[in-house]
Amino acid sequence: MSEFFHMGGYAFYVWGSVGVTAVVMIAVAVSAILKHRRELCRISRRLRRERKSV
Amino acid sequence: MNSFMKWFHKWGSPPWFYRVSGKMLPWLTGLFVITLVYGLYAGLVLAPADYQQGDSFRIIYVHVPAAWMGMFIYMVMAAAALVHLVWRMKMADVVLISSAPIGAAFAFIALVTGSLWGKPMWGTWWTWDARLTSELLLLFIYLGIIALHSAVEDRQSAGRATAVLTLVGVVNIPIIHYSVVWWNTLHQGTTVARLDGPAMAPEMLWPLLSMAFAFKLYYVIVMMLSARGEVLARETKSRWVRELVGGK
Repeated sequence: MSEFFHMGGYAFYVWGSVGVTAVVMIAVAVSAILKHRRELCRISRRLRRERKSV
Repeated sequence: MNSFMKWFHKWGSPPWFYRVSGKMLPWLTGLFVITLVYGLYAGLVLAPADYQQGDSFRIIYVHVPAAWMGMFIYMVMAAAALVHLVWRMKMADVVLISSAPIGAAFAFIALVTGSLWGKPMWGTWWTWDARLTSELLLLFIYLGIIALHSAVEDRQSAGRATAVLTLVGVVNIPIIHYSVVWWNTLHQGTTVARLDGPAMAPEMLWPLLSMAFAFKLYYVIVMMLSARGEVLARETKSRWVRELVGGK
């Protein structure tokens, strides 16, 4: 197991690559999810306001 | 109208896109997880170390799929730009601008992981050769497209200007692809997409193809998520959005 993490001496480069890839991909996915959620919240707030004012 | 045009027009309709993408997302995500887990396990654990590069070759499993996606997403955006300019289809602009940050992310990943691979293998983090420079240019083109789209206030002009810029930038894609053939470079040549078949052992190749497929699914998933938000923002006042949000 420790051999697996050691990556034949290239641990920094291999895990660094995997880590950077994961962090960037997760960040982009989360920002897309938040954008969608934000829009839904904004629209439902507006609809509620409209209903009250009627 | 033939069936292709019917299909084309369906996807051009925002409510249809919103509904169908919502149904597809769970399936796509399931397939993504399977291909990702297999690709990572087979690539990082099962595949034997390379006889020249040792375990450092495993960087290939993120570097190469990311680099492919950087180019693939650009070609999708170029096609969307063409559709947007020729048929004035709104959804094409949505697809284009939702794809740009994902393409930029993959170009960035390809550059950083390439650098992390270059240091132990070439002895340098960076060199100004054709492959690396044209890939850096790709990242800048993505950033330029995102900046231009957000800088122009009017949505229609923003969409059209962005589409034109995207089409101009296409010239860089064959330069990236053929850079290792046309110029002397530290970067190795084509290994997988060769006329005489991939120059790679199957136990190393399969995880790579699985990772490439997983990254492609990731792109479709995240692009759809982002496009759904974009569609809602643009169609805020339309009836289907009111029914969708009000019905909850």
